[in-house]
Amino acid sequence: MSVIYILLAISILVAIIFFVAFIIAVRKGQYDDSYTPSVRMLFEDELIKDKSNKSVLTKKE
Amino acid sequence: MSGKNTCFHCGLDASSVDIIYDNKAFCCQGCKTVYQIFSENDLTCYYDLQTAPGATPKDIDGKYNFLENTKITDQLLEFNDGNIQIVNLYIPHIHCSSCIWILENLNKLNSAISASIVDFGKKTVRVTYKPEKLSLKELATLLHNIGYEPFISLDDYSVGKKSVDRSLIYKLGVAGFAFGNVMFLSFPEYFQSYEFWLEQYKHLFRWLMFAFSLPVVFYSGNDYFISAYKGLRSKLLNIDVPIALGIAVLFIRSTFEIIFDLGTGFFDSLTGLIFFLLLGKFFQQKTYNFLSFERDYKSYFPIGITKITPEGNEESVQVYDIEKGDRLLIRNEELIPVDCVLIKGNARIDYSFVTGESEAISKKSGDKLFAGGKQLNGTIEVDVLKSVEQSYLTQLWSNDVFKKDKSLAFTNITNQISKRFTISILIIALLATSFWLLVDSSKAINVFTSVLIIACPCALALAAPFTFGNVLRILGNKKFYLKNASVIEQLSKINTIIFDKTGTITSNKETSIAYEGIQLSDEERVLLKSSLRGSNHPLSRSLYNLLKENNIVTLDTYEEVLGNGIQGQYKQDSIKIGSAPFVGHNSETATLNTTVHVSSNNIYKGKFTFYNAYRKGLSQLFNNLKQAYDLVILSGDNEGEKENLTKLLPTKTKLLFNQKPQDKLEYIKYHQSEGANVLMIGDGLNDAGALAQSNVGVAISENVNVFSPACDAILDASKFNQLYNYIKASKSAIKIIKWSFLFSFIYNSIGLYFAVTGQLAPIIAAILMPLSSISIVIFTTVATNIVGKKLE
Repeated sequence: MSVIYILLAISILVAIIFFVAFIIAVRKGQYDDSYTPSVRMLFEDELIKDKSNKSVLTKKE
Repeated sequence: MSGKNTCFHCGLDASSVDIIYDNKAFCCQGCKTVYQIFSENDLTCYYDLQTAPGATPKDIDGKYNFLENTKITDQLLEFNDGNIQIVNLYIPHIHCSSCIWILENLNKLNSAISASIVDFGKKTVRVTYKPEKLSLKELATLLHNIGYEPFISLDDYSVGKKSVDRSLIYKLGVAGFAFGNVMFLSFPEYFQSYEFWLEQYKHLFRWLMFAFSLPVVFYSGNDYFISAYKGLRSKLLNIDVPIALGIAVLFIRSTFEIIFDLGTGFFDSLTGLIFFLLLGKFFQQKTYNFLSFERDYKSYFPIGITKITPEGNEESVQVYDIEKGDRLLIRNEELIPVDCVLIKGNARIDYSFVTGESEAISKKSGDKLFAGGKQLNGTIEVDVLKSVEQSYLTQLWSNDVFKKDKSLAFTNITNQISKRFTISILIIALLATSFWLLVDSSKAINVFTSVLIIACPCALALAAPFTFGNVLRILGNKKFYLKNASVIEQLSKINTIIFDKTGTITSNKETSIAYEGIQLSDEERVLLKSSLRGSNHPLSRSLYNLLKENNIVTLDTYEEVLGNGIQGQYKQDSIKIGSAPFVGHNSETATLNTTVHVSSNNIYKGKFTFYNAYRKGLSQLFNNLKQAYDLVILSGDNEGEKENLTKLLPTKTKLLFNQKPQDKLEYIKYHQSEGANVLMIGDGLNDAGALAQSNVGVAISENVNVFSPACDAILDASKFNQLYNYIKASKSAIKIIKWSFLFSFIYNSIGLYFAVTGQLAPIIAAILMPLSSISIVIFTTVATNIVGKKLE
């Protein structure tokens, strides 16, 4: 069998994997709100920083 | 970080009070308390993200008692299995990254909350919590206490569980996916090389392309077929007719070609066409999630209210369950949901929701109160006269105008063109076919389909969505929010502009005050200002702010007589401020304007008259508008301001006073029947009927997040004087579209040349179609941005 069938199958398979990923992402609501996640991703660090600051302060006192 | 004189929490002026906590100044105890809550829970980072992000929590006082009623909460909850409840709450205050941060860290404040997710665009927070540890009422109270008051209205009750329509994204995804793959598969044949392996596998490639195009035609493109069918059934040649025809012919001819091995077919052009068309639709669909253009009274009315049972117990009931004769308890800051009679308490009713008039009205026991008013002065008890649906205000919504969809009654510019376009294309196709039937009949069918394929008005269909989509975005940045693209087109066609007065051309925030009477001495002024300082009455506040800096003295006695005025005493001097009878001035003739009288040591001094302050640039705006438009002012108020207005506005402006909501609606209807295209500009719910009846209804709003009746567009009050430029921009948009139509005709003529002469190869279609679409998109984008630049 020619290699072209394998290549075609692979290329279409890859495309379909991405397509399914896209459908799942839409279904989960990832396209409903396109703004908040861009802010949210910057947050996690701040909580930790805040806590360590607090502990430094209390040590000093 | 924040100045010493502004509140660390909310940013308001804190110089006149002295509340210092943790070395930070606060404007009131409420703000300080919120700060305390945050600092005790390690959440002060809230203040690092944004300076002074908070809001002052208001008095709560039983406000969320209705959330104890399980019948109401069941409607509000998105999910409830007894162990876990999920609720989606609308919080108007959400405005910055600090808000997102604090609301998503609610679990730090209460361990019963397991997750909270903010949708910034919609200003909602979705909270998951354990009901055995935290009730919905406690959750609302918690949010309230940190300054994020959830807004729960009657609207939340009737809607139930909303489903989001994501079909356009799916369709776009499918079309994009297929378009990309078909492009790959058709690439080898573009080079028209006849290598051995290509010849061998071309059937496989073609059938794969066919497979990819199936979902595009039958799923992604189905809207065009449906719309074309609907158009034809109502005898309308809308733009979707030639598109649907083009898609169908492309698909059938391509399938035919590959079955009989005549060629590659046009699958690349077909999928590309649908992909670009859907992209245009997606672009135009841009909506302002945080604004609602469909609001009626339900969005403002409370969901539950306190009823006093005949036995004297308080009980929360659903607003729709209120019956005539019920006794209700209206708390401070609560909205009155039904027409009723005041029984007990001091009513000061703010009807600004209804009339746009900001000044509160005092009512005595036995007076009639109308639905839509907001109680401002403590708790009152009322007897119900009518149920919700039958109340004066809500009856307006039973008018037919609220059931009509304006955009349906309106033929847009694309459809106007497409009618002629479709007919001429069909004629060209028939002529060319009959010519080839005589010359070379083997080519006739080929030519016929080629004409229909190349004429498929992709560029034509894209011109309007991209232009309007971009203008919508530009105007949105300039704080003029349109409901959808067709509003731009309607706006460019108006010839009559009708303004409401109060709250529309006048500003709610400012009033100008004039003093008439005997000059006040310095001592009297000090006393006047010191007395006003203690009062929270809105008139006192504006008068206080107006008076120049004087020494503030601490009064010996101070008394506020509700509904009448205030009196103060310092050493031997006394002062009375308030209504004419209160200060002992009985000879006052009735005036139409609001006045505050002053007497000192029981001797009448004079009065302060409050005039409406007109918005900045009003005169200039009217002078600009008068050349092209008929101008009318329809006011629900008395004629007190008539003289002022005639001075201020161009002479041909019509002034009509004492107009009831129904009158305004009828007035517009009448003028429309005489051929006027009416732009109505209003603000209160009393304008709702007029806004719905007019061709374009614009609601003016001091704060776009808080309130506006159903309308086609919302204009931020600060941009009121720009109105003329915005209308001009809408006209420029139409011009741009006409130019793009011209371009797309040029492309079509080139394509038609190939089609009519029978030389249309798939590669020409594959080049010409995307090229025309993309160049139209670039042209409209650049041109609209130039228009936007001029709008400074």
